[in-house]
Amino acid sequence: MTEFRSELGSLADAGAPVAPLDISAVPRPALERYLRDMLSIRLAEEAIGVLVEEGLAKTPCHLAIGQEAIAVGVSASLRRSDRIFGGHRSHAHLLALGGDLDGLFAEILGKVSGLSRGMGGSMHLYAPSVGFQGCVPLVGATIPIAVGAGLACRLDGGDSIAVTYFGDGAAEEGVFHESLNLAASQRLPVLFVCENNLFSSHLDILLRQPSDRIARFADAHQIVTLTVDGNDVLAVAAATDTLTQHARSGGGPAFLEAVTYRHRGHVGPKEDVDVGVRRTMSELALWKLRDPIARLAGAMQAAGFVGEGHCDALRAEIGNRIAAARALAEASPYPDATALLGAVYREQR
Amino acid sequence: MSAATETSYGEAICLGFEHLLANHPETFAIGQGVWSPWYVGNTMTGLDEKFGRHRVIDTPVSELACTGAAIGAALCGYRPIVIHPRMDFMLLAVDQIVNQAAKWSHMFGGQCAPSVTIRAIINRGGEQGAQHSQALHAWFAHVPGLRVVMPATAADARDLLIASVLSGDPVMYIDDRWLYGRKSVLAPVVPRPLAGEGPVVRRTGRDVTLAGAGYSAYLCEEAALRLAGEGIDSEVVDIRVLNPFDPSTIVSSVQKTGALCVVDSGWGPAGFAAEVIASVVESPGSGGLRRPPSRVTLPFAPAPASRALESLYYPTVETVVASVRAALHLE
Repeated sequence: MTEFRSELGSLADAGAPVAPLDISAVPRPALERYLRDMLSIRLAEEAIGVLVEEGLAKTPCHLAIGQEAIAVGVSASLRRSDRIFGGHRSHAHLLALGGDLDGLFAEILGKVSGLSRGMGGSMHLYAPSVGFQGCVPLVGATIPIAVGAGLACRLDGGDSIAVTYFGDGAAEEGVFHESLNLAASQRLPVLFVCENNLFSSHLDILLRQPSDRIARFADAHQIVTLTVDGNDVLAVAAATDTLTQHARSGGGPAFLEAVTYRHRGHVGPKEDVDVGVRRTMSELALWKLRDPIARLAGAMQAAGFVGEGHCDALRAEIGNRIAAARALAEASPYPDATALLGAVYREQR
Repeated sequence: MSAATETSYGEAICLGFEHLLANHPETFAIGQGVWSPWYVGNTMTGLDEKFGRHRVIDTPVSELACTGAAIGAALCGYRPIVIHPRMDFMLLAVDQIVNQAAKWSHMFGGQCAPSVTIRAIINRGGEQGAQHSQALHAWFAHVPGLRVVMPATAADARDLLIASVLSGDPVMYIDDRWLYGRKSVLAPVVPRPLAGEGPVVRRTGRDVTLAGAGYSAYLCEEAALRLAGEGIDSEVVDIRVLNPFDPSTIVSSVQKTGALCVVDSGWGPAGFAAEVIASVVESPGSGGLRRPPSRVTLPFAPAPASRALESLYYPTVETVVASVRAALHLE
């Protein structure tokens, strides 16, 4: 089999040294918010992993542990009037927008107080009040849907945009190309966010594509792109700010590629080093040295913005909130039998 | 010419679009060939000039993305109609139709649903062959969450289009180019909820019930005229709405006639005719059938291109008449 070489270079090389984050240009409240939001997502997903391990959650839970900087960095430039869509691994996208933690936990347990009234599970989350218009696990499926939402934004006449999150595997679906072409030819206000974690399920990207740089497809459709370190929340936020300004001002679609790595397996809380082709414990250990939360916390500590105990205090506070969400979800009832047929059609006879 | 002017089925579709685009600013049309007189017959002529190309959008050759985009716009409050000039090509968009449009209401607990209309055109005959021919309504009648309609008359071509677009649910509207010349007198538009629409009796009779949807309903009506000349009194049910399917009109009809022949433009196995027959047979007293039910469907083969084989392939009025005669043991 042909061996392909990385085009992403150090961005995709676990062993390459990374410089400390330069936080000097970012206001302190923004830094504190990024840290809190990333840590909240991390702890929420760890708690979801526990629900899976305990057998309380059977719904397939795809955790984004290690990838939190992307959702948090992107969301910093989004508004509630924007239309945001996700995929199978979207807990982080939802929470970074301010989605309801209680509703997320209840949905994962299939309870009626869930974000989708207990009808969707982990992979079907809905929170329009924060702009999150839905996520689905069919790979690439919300890419054209977001293009249509971008068409709606243009017909509305404002400066809202549509956003679609997807992974490197979705770039192998035909609809990805159709959607880039449609958005480019119609000059629609759509931000495509590729979370390139270098794996689709078990398989390394260079065993699936001749290059690991997904933004090359956007280049081919004359869409403006930025490729960034997806474990650097500041880089993600800065790139998203540039790209959303482009899309909001009538410049047409924009494409963000954020390179990252998931600490857990494709689905469930295990690390899956035994499952992945080319996924090894040593590589995972190197990627953990690039942990987006530790990097930001370390830079903030070095600058004297936070003390050594800051993260522990944050953890305790967030942990209490998550424990409350879990308890509420466990106490919530399941949907009753009428829900089985009740929403197949919206229009009733 | 009388005061009651007749309108063709093709023109009636165009009138439906005009009504929607003129009265409902949240509607728009998107699909391949909608700026061309060539792709969709006379059913959308001049709409782009009248309502603007921002609301009548011709597209790249991307059935899947365009269908997904229509669904996305629908989720944001619009009522798009996505046009597939041939149903065969629409198969490239099945993920968005079956996995997305049909399921968003249920899987998000009824909080949202795309009010999208997927217009699928059956376009066959004329030596077009296996991939320019299919009537796959049965596939989509199988899927909960979709509504599927097949107009057989000019009035329904206009009015079911309007009802489909104004429905809160995703609807597949299937029109048939073999019907574009069929004419009827149109009443003024009175929008009616699609959820209240279903099969209707087009002709009353005592001896046998003929049922079909779209062009097959037309064949049933024509066959009934022919059979009347032979002393066979047929009742004709135009199915109109295949999903969700309400068999009660057909069941009532068969209770009266005791005989059923279903005509379908699809294949027999696991097809819509089988669903109709099963609905009757499982009714109390086996639906009142006094003879085995019959169905007229396509031979179980892809459509041939050669005219010699094509003339054997598609059911005609004669095929239906012969089938009814056989079912009534008159031959």
